[in-house]
Amino acid sequence: MKLLTSLADRLRQSLERSRNVLNDGLNALLGGGRPLDEALLEELEELLLSADVGSLTAREFIDLIREDARHGRVATPEDVRAALRRFLEEALAGAVCPLTVDARPTVVLVLGVNGSGKTTTCGKLAAALKSSGKSVVLAAADTFRAAAIEQLEEWGRRAGVDVIRQTPGSDPSAVAFDAVKAATARGVDVLIVDTAGRLHTKSNLMEELAKVKRVVGRQLPGAPHESLMVLDATTGQNGLAQARTFHAGVGLTGLVLTKLDGTAKGGIVVRIHRELGLPIKLVGTGERVEDLQPFDPKAFVSGLLPE
Amino acid sequence: MFDTLSARLTAIFDRLRGYGRLTEENIQEALREVRVALLEADVNFKVVKGFVERVRDKAIGQDVLRSLTPGQQVVKIVHDELVELLGGSGHRLAMAPHPPTVIMLIGLQGSGKTTSAAKLGRHFQRQGQHPLLAAADPYRPAAVEQLQTLGAQLGIPVAGSGKQRPLEICREALSAAADRGLSPVILDTAGRLHIDEPMLEELRVLKNELRPHHVLLVVDAMTGQDAVTMAERFNRAVGIDAVIMTKLDGDARGGAALSIRQAAGRPIAFVGTGEKPDALEPFHPDRMASRILGMGDVLSLVEKAQATVDEAKAEALAKKIREESFTLEDFADQLKQLRSMGPLGELLEMIPFFKGAKGLPTELRGEEAELGRYEAIIGSMTPEERREPPIINGSRRNRIARGSGTSVQDVNRLLKQYAQLKKMMRGIRQMEGRAGKLRQALPFPPP
Repeated sequence: MKLLTSLADRLRQSLERSRNVLNDGLNALLGGGRPLDEALLEELEELLLSADVGSLTAREFIDLIREDARHGRVATPEDVRAALRRFLEEALAGAVCPLTVDARPTVVLVLGVNGSGKTTTCGKLAAALKSSGKSVVLAAADTFRAAAIEQLEEWGRRAGVDVIRQTPGSDPSAVAFDAVKAATARGVDVLIVDTAGRLHTKSNLMEELAKVKRVVGRQLPGAPHESLMVLDATTGQNGLAQARTFHAGVGLTGLVLTKLDGTAKGGIVVRIHRELGLPIKLVGTGERVEDLQPFDPKAFVSGLLPE
Repeated sequence: MFDTLSARLTAIFDRLRGYGRLTEENIQEALREVRVALLEADVNFKVVKGFVERVRDKAIGQDVLRSLTPGQQVVKIVHDELVELLGGSGHRLAMAPHPPTVIMLIGLQGSGKTTSAAKLGRHFQRQGQHPLLAAADPYRPAAVEQLQTLGAQLGIPVAGSGKQRPLEICREALSAAADRGLSPVILDTAGRLHIDEPMLEELRVLKNELRPHHVLLVVDAMTGQDAVTMAERFNRAVGIDAVIMTKLDGDARGGAALSIRQAAGRPIAFVGTGEKPDALEPFHPDRMASRILGMGDVLSLVEKAQATVDEAKAEALAKKIREESFTLEDFADQLKQLRSMGPLGELLEMIPFFKGAKGLPTELRGEEAELGRYEAIIGSMTPEERREPPIINGSRRNRIARGSGTSVQDVNRLLKQYAQLKKMMRGIRQMEGRAGKLRQALPFPPP
């Protein structure tokens, strides 16, 4: 229980720093005893847009409020605030889903576009699992980017976790194959596979990723148990295209939302979850090892709309 | 890159054209859709608002309604406004009168600073200058190694080690550049949040001490509404001169490019368009606007082709085509050139004719895998076999297939395509002149 509270606190804290265009705007908007007219609704829509929830979701909410107002269900600015919170929380209620690490070994495939924070996520996840008593091995299947292997090895040193690697430029599927074999032979609990960043529009690279997944599955039936797409919280509407294409090409089990400690609010996950039903498994809020936490929609929404 | 936005605007204005004459109501409707399209493209909502208002004023206020081609008039207004928004006539980095010119790259984590530093180095190297890269990010694990590796690949010297402080690294780089006559010096700083005061202070110190001639903010094209906040804060805290927009080779519509120019008043200098070191292009606002509006980007394509295809080789090829002495070696050479230009789909995307041809990408995906196989097969042949393909008999085919990890069928297919290609080349000779620019872009006709 303590863990959960501290998690909520941490999320709030990290979002607090940026507090927060949406909130300031909302107070300015709703504080002055303004009537609930079209101008106010338009400004409200812009606030939602500024959080990257997307024009469709924003429009939908505004229509909902307009409808509620017509039927007298919302009348005051406080009502609007509560309705906004309810709307966002409801939209994200189904997005909670813990990382499953029951199988032995559990294989976690980490993927995403360039610069989203895959290697850092792998390192933080390895450290978190290790400190919870699991034995962990990392696999450096990003054989493309210069020094990606060294970067993961540094994280391995920090976490006290072995890194399975080959030379730069080698076949990522071969690295994954070796890693699964090693993880099985050593009887470790979790194998985390770091893959090269790739834009979802590069079909050849998407095919390469699908191959990594196939090779892992052939070597160990049921694996990978988790295929996580790492998403930068500053990402705009393109995040949906990313999730959609990676999901279609590789099959995702969930998202990791990183860099939530900036001023971006990561509102795109609302849209991704609504359209694709993908859960958000982990949230990254900083560069320290402990800055990786399970997703908590209440804390997430509180970060957007504190009391 | 701006696919959907471009498609949407095209659809809207195609419909407008259908009316023959426009009413104020038509324009309002189109502008509502322009608004949604721009928002979906991650253009900042405030920027969208101003943009739509300006277009509305111009469209309604002028003689658009009475003109014979009102749809096109509106397209032109939107186009001109986009060009304006994207930065007028483009932005070039001036070299300092007393070298070395110092260029400092700053930005969020993962925006692409290190890759851009290497690409920028390559850009200046190709212009005949002698750049020096400074790895001033001792924080991220292996960031220094990353730049060193990239520098080694490109033959560009890299200063810095993971054990020094950023200021120390940069100072050493500047004095090394002065000693060795290297310029420009490109400083790759650590990624940081625009609200991280201690880290912003570090940038201010670097800037005050080193007096860079250009401070470039590196921005991910996929950035959402926060792009404006981020750019404004970096600009206020450190001061930026221009922007490098990265990852524009994806399908991100890059609304951030429009937003930042407008909100922070800073132009885009370069765009990153791929993973290879050459994939950095000067930003052309006019071309980008044309592209957004679905007019294609033929000029960029022609430039790309010219930079990649070696002129002398092209001339030699033309000669071979004329003399019908095109061997498998030449074929392999052509494959290499074609591949060095980037994914086929990306190239064809720049040609208006292919834009939106939906069936094409799937086919091309196969083609690209095929190209790799072909290169492997030709690589497994002896020089004699490459020059005299007819000598490749059954047992040679077997050996080639084993050597290249393909099947005899693959080898047969290659030989057959080569034969077809030779036949087609006879046809090309008659077409020469007509195909002009397109043939230059695609070294050999698609099989």
